[in-house]
Amino acid sequence: MNWNSASEFFAMGGYALYVWGSFGVCALAFVAEPFLIGRRHKDIVRTLRRQVLAEKLELENK
Amino acid sequence: MNALLAIMQRDLLMVMRRKSEVLTALFFFVIVSSLFPLGIGPEPALLRKIAPGVLWVGALLATMLGLQRMFAADYADGTLEQMAISPTPLVVLVLGKVAAHWLVSGLPLVLIAPVLGIQFDLDASALGVLVLALLLGTPLLSLIGAIGAALTLGVRGGGVLLSLLVLPLYVPALIFGAGAVESHVSGLGAGGHLSLLAALLTLALFFAPWAATAALRIALE
Amino acid sequence: MSNRLMNWFKFASPATFYPLAGKLIPLFWVLTVLFGAAGLWLSFFVAPTDATQGEGYRIIFIHVPTSWMSMFIYLIMAGWAAMGLSLNARLSSMMAQALAPTGALMAFLSLWTGAFWGKPMWGTWWVWDARLTSELILFFLYLGFMSLQASIDDPRRADKAGAIVALVGVVNVPIIYFSVKWWNTLHQGASVSINKSPSMAMTMLWGMLLMALCLWMYSIVMALTRVRAIILERESHTEWVKQLSEVKP
Repeated sequence: MNWNSASEFFAMGGYALYVWGSFGVCALAFVAEPFLIGRRHKDIVRTLRRQVLAEKLELENK
Repeated sequence: MNALLAIMQRDLLMVMRRKSEVLTALFFFVIVSSLFPLGIGPEPALLRKIAPGVLWVGALLATMLGLQRMFAADYADGTLEQMAISPTPLVVLVLGKVAAHWLVSGLPLVLIAPVLGIQFDLDASALGVLVLALLLGTPLLSLIGAIGAALTLGVRGGGVLLSLLVLPLYVPALIFGAGAVESHVSGLGAGGHLSLLAALLTLALFFAPWAATAALRIALE
Repeated sequence: MSNRLMNWFKFASPATFYPLAGKLIPLFWVLTVLFGAAGLWLSFFVAPTDATQGEGYRIIFIHVPTSWMSMFIYLIMAGWAAMGLSLNARLSSMMAQALAPTGALMAFLSLWTGAFWGKPMWGTWWVWDARLTSELILFFLYLGFMSLQASIDDPRRADKAGAIVALVGVVNVPIIYFSVKWWNTLHQGASVSINKSPSMAMTMLWGMLLMALCLWMYSIVMALTRVRAIILERESHTEWVKQLSEVKP
């Protein structure tokens, strides 16, 4: 074990800004990326559902 | 060979009808090179230090200005399609166009570089190395640029996109070209840099026309 | 051809790959979390404090893996793009398209973490170190690839043009790296490296390896999820898409 307490862990021997600035931004990125892709997927599915529904209704009205 | 010369002659004729295009790139080179001392200060020692880099970046940017011209006009009026289906291999025609582009955009830069070098207080031998490096480097820039020009034919935002594509690929030429002059000035000799530049040029001579041709065919589909 | 070979080629069609990718994604998420937990544990709780750099050196455990991944993804992306170009396979090109943003992100994070490592160690946010500079150019190559594809309306033309960019880039990356290294040694710039004892070296290597594996699994997840979205966008006119359970009314 390297750390005697939680506060020591977060302080990172004075390098907190740099270590957490690095790992933190990466963590942010690795949360943001899947979220954005998920949103892209939802968007295209929504568009497709509307399209399919529109085609179906058009067919029924003929 | 005949086809190569013919296409070179044709391209040069077309450019001669619009001389302003040739001169624009040249004037750009001159002006940009003059801007740096104005921005940085007239101290000779400093200018001598930044001269290779500044002149090379200027040459790079000036070459890029003229890249779109390589294929755009022919693409627009359908001549490029005719070239693609002609019996002459498209690679040969592309090589001819690149050669013509260099004669118009690259060679003038090589010729005027010594004059600009004097502005930066480079001595005669350094100017010689500069000219040699540019002589090797500017064809390299035209060859690599041809790939970018072919890829961005008729694409939205072509000019800026072309820069984004091509500038990273220009980095080795810049490093070895400017480095040649610098290492000559610092007494280490330019041989290594110039050899590497020549090696890159040879590589590009073999591969760039081929890649540009592939890109042209994709654009013409 | 044997039956098994036939079976693999069946997944070259977007219609069959889409559900396969969907099934694989949870598996790779699990692997990501497992490797990540192991890697982070090693990085923070096993690896000892460095004599000269203190705790700051721990950034290496995320900086090096992101660098490795940015280069690895570029190679894979170029491979898929080449396959798409030579075999005229849509799905291969879609995979290249799916990988690019993740690769670009890795390159950006490599630069970011490199800067955050450089600041406490060398006093400046940016160091013209050979590797960082090459990484910057790699980032530009990614941006060029993505911009070109975004600018071309016809998807097949975008695929093929992108393939040329990727392949030209692959040839150039070693040249660029070598030229930058040459430039850097001549100018005797700082080097992003670290002095270590042999025992520390093993721990560090394992830490970086595990984190790299974590990021590799993560990249696969991102590529698979993104390619599913791309497939839906580009195959929207096909019957099988209209029949999907998530789409059908």
